[in-house]
Amino acid sequence: MMDVGRHPRIELFAYSEVAEVDGYVGNFKVKVRKKARYVREEDCSSCAECAEVCPVAVPDEFQMGLSSRKAIYLPFPQAVPASYIIDMEACLGTNPIACGKCEEVCEKVCIDYDMKDEIVELEVGVIVAATGMDVYDPTELDEYCYTRYDNVITSMEFERLICAGGATEGHFVRPSDHEVPQRIAFIQCVGSRNNAGDKGNAYCSNICCMNTVKDTLLLRDHYPDCECTVFYMDIRSFGKGFEDLYMRSREEGVKYIRGIPGEIREDPATKNLTLTAENTLTGEVVEEEFDLVVLSVGVIPRHDSPTIKKLLTLSTTGDGFYMEAHPKLKPVDTPTRGVYICGCAESPKDVKDSVTQASAAAARAIALLNAGEVKAEAITAAIDPAACTGCGLCAKVCPFNAIEVDKERKTAWVIGAMCMGCGNCGATCNQDAVTMGHFTDAQYYAQMDALIDETAADKIFTFACNWCSYAGADNAGISRLPYPPTARLVRTMCSARVTEDFVLYAFMKGSPIVLVSGCHFADCHYIDANRQTVKRVYRLWDKLEKLGIRPERLQLEWVSAAEGRKFAQVMHAVEELRQQVTAEEIEHTVKVLTEEWEKKLAREAKRKKKAETDESRDEVHVS
Amino acid sequence: MSEEKTTAVATEEDLRIGVFVCDCGLNIAGTVDTAAVTEYAETLPRVVAVIRNRYTCADPGQNEIKTAIKEHNLNRVVVASCSPLMHEPTFRACVASEGLNPYLMEMANLREHCSWVHGDDKEGATQKAKDLVKSAVARAGRLEAREESSVPVAQAALVIGGGVAGIQASLDLAGAGYQVYLVEKEPSIGGIMAALDKTYPTMDCSI
Repeated sequence: MMDVGRHPRIELFAYSEVAEVDGYVGNFKVKVRKKARYVREEDCSSCAECAEVCPVAVPDEFQMGLSSRKAIYLPFPQAVPASYIIDMEACLGTNPIACGKCEEVCEKVCIDYDMKDEIVELEVGVIVAATGMDVYDPTELDEYCYTRYDNVITSMEFERLICAGGATEGHFVRPSDHEVPQRIAFIQCVGSRNNAGDKGNAYCSNICCMNTVKDTLLLRDHYPDCECTVFYMDIRSFGKGFEDLYMRSREEGVKYIRGIPGEIREDPATKNLTLTAENTLTGEVVEEEFDLVVLSVGVIPRHDSPTIKKLLTLSTTGDGFYMEAHPKLKPVDTPTRGVYICGCAESPKDVKDSVTQASAAAARAIALLNAGEVKAEAITAAIDPAACTGCGLCAKVCPFNAIEVDKERKTAWVIGAMCMGCGNCGATCNQDAVTMGHFTDAQYYAQMDALIDETAADKIFTFACNWCSYAGADNAGISRLPYPPTARLVRTMCSARVTEDFVLYAFMKGSPIVLVSGCHFADCHYIDANRQTVKRVYRLWDKLEKLGIRPERLQLEWVSAAEGRKFAQVMHAVEELRQQVTAEEIEHTVKVLTEEWEKKLAREAKRKKKAETDESRDEVHVS
Repeated sequence: MSEEKTTAVATEEDLRIGVFVCDCGLNIAGTVDTAAVTEYAETLPRVVAVIRNRYTCADPGQNEIKTAIKEHNLNRVVVASCSPLMHEPTFRACVASEGLNPYLMEMANLREHCSWVHGDDKEGATQKAKDLVKSAVARAGRLEAREESSVPVAQAALVIGGGVAGIQASLDLAGAGYQVYLVEKEPSIGGIMAALDKTYPTMDCSI
């Protein structure tokens, strides 16, 4: 921690938030909001005189509320930056009549009540998201009465009670009577490994077993007479040195009972707690009284992780942790190039694994920085000035404002460096003026012609977006989640690339079912391009209905890169739909849509002819 | 490495497409009849060379592609193996080393999208694999050479979060000589780690 504060090449923005992220790999433009601390961090010598005179005391969040702090405070003794801060919500006020005592005693004159939030703009090539975790709050678990019984505490509160720098200066006392507890129980998997789905989470939080093993050893070290009992499901001590530590704990006399107590009962007089559990190894029912119960609480995604997820266009797994680009081969990369993840933001892990993964993320980032340049995939859009009428529809739907329109000269053009290649403009243009590099209309029609052949009735023609649905199908593969082999996927960068004509053409060629699949709204890698997908699909549903074609034959599904299971489920469900589509239905559709297609071609031919005549007239006029 | 090597005659235009069907050990070949897929690929229009490999991504497999580009004067390459999200960069680099524009390489996903999910229906999987190759060949015929633009990388890093992971990442990045901006939401860095008394497995202080 101290090294970060001292490093000449690390600029620390504490008490700050990332407000905006623009740009792309190698060229991110970031706005950071430096929140007002009301104490000039560079001048404060943390002499503590301000806090001594401050009349306001509030619960100290660093000590888990087990002790209090002042409204002007140092977060904890080793804080970096070592500067005080004013909690303005608790502060009595800046008016000297109200208070102002801290300012009076500050010899360094570093208190500034008028300090304002500041926006700092940064340009960076890479971003590492190490946004961390939250601790599970066991309040919702009625059986443990965490908020009702004084002597039921969490493992985080345990840390602050046993720590020499903690609320009780390392005197391990129980909350009800401030006596040193003799009989201490630990309940494992609180908020973790609950498959019922009602409370807590289904996943294993990874760290709690070893944390409890460590806690029992600390207790035995500090209070050799205390009795520790651990109620567990499984002790997962798989890491280097972990099994040794676990065995040491057992040798020290810590009792391990394989069984999770169904409830905690409190003796109102003594505030002692009785636990009842079935020891699943012996089949016996254990009922014991304890002085203190520690709930070994799990790890959950940070409450504000959706904000960073949106800013960096990341994906999350079903658990809510950030999704890596590949579970084995790209464990710290993300779907957004130039953005890396590490620590508990990625999944619950201990200090060693966090450090290891952070070094991995840094190494990946350094590799990119060191290369000095990145190649941009040549998949950008291009507008044919001859065909463009300057209507501006493409510019309206471009999520990156990469298209400029000149209404007077009736033309538009793409700013290459800003175009991300989603294809939304290509699907929107009704003059065929946009060509999507490497994902051209001609390429899609060629694929449709290839796949929708004489066996078309047996297949589900599927458009899958590169980032989520196609990757979700990959995830189904990696996870070996079977689904019927009738699916035929064609990759688009974004579901917004799928034009209405593509879908109609697929039906015209004889597809029983067309599936358009993309990212969930919040996951769209092109900001909100997939909202256009929805609009197009709604228009198509209307159109199909008018033409007497069952709209359900066009399906729209959102599947994220992590949702292999969902992808397989969708494919099962769509296969059922496919089987309900009759040969007569397909025949009717082919007939109706072929007529429509011919009409469309005629309209286009007419339009082109008109445009040519107009052009030649213009030329005559100019000459 | 090549188990089968056959050529067919170009049917039209100047397109010369080579198809490389990967067994991926038994990952693909355990479910998909890759020999049948190879045979089928030979019948596709404008396909002039079809080669089946055990591991197309391995050096011998890539060398087969490189040799075939020269021998058959290929101007389009279809690799029928795994997901492009996995190996597109590999095969793009492979064809580029023989002077072929990397955007003239197309992949058919016979593994993640086929063999790994249709293990219970080998016939269906093989039929699907043929279709995926057919689709990739059709697309390959329409591919155009593209030039990538390169953009400079700003020589600085943003690290979001000053817990133990963010601290380590910042120190490594700064240690490598890059400017680091470390943004922490709380008034001090340290995160959860700073609130822990001791940490396992060595029982030392966390700060």
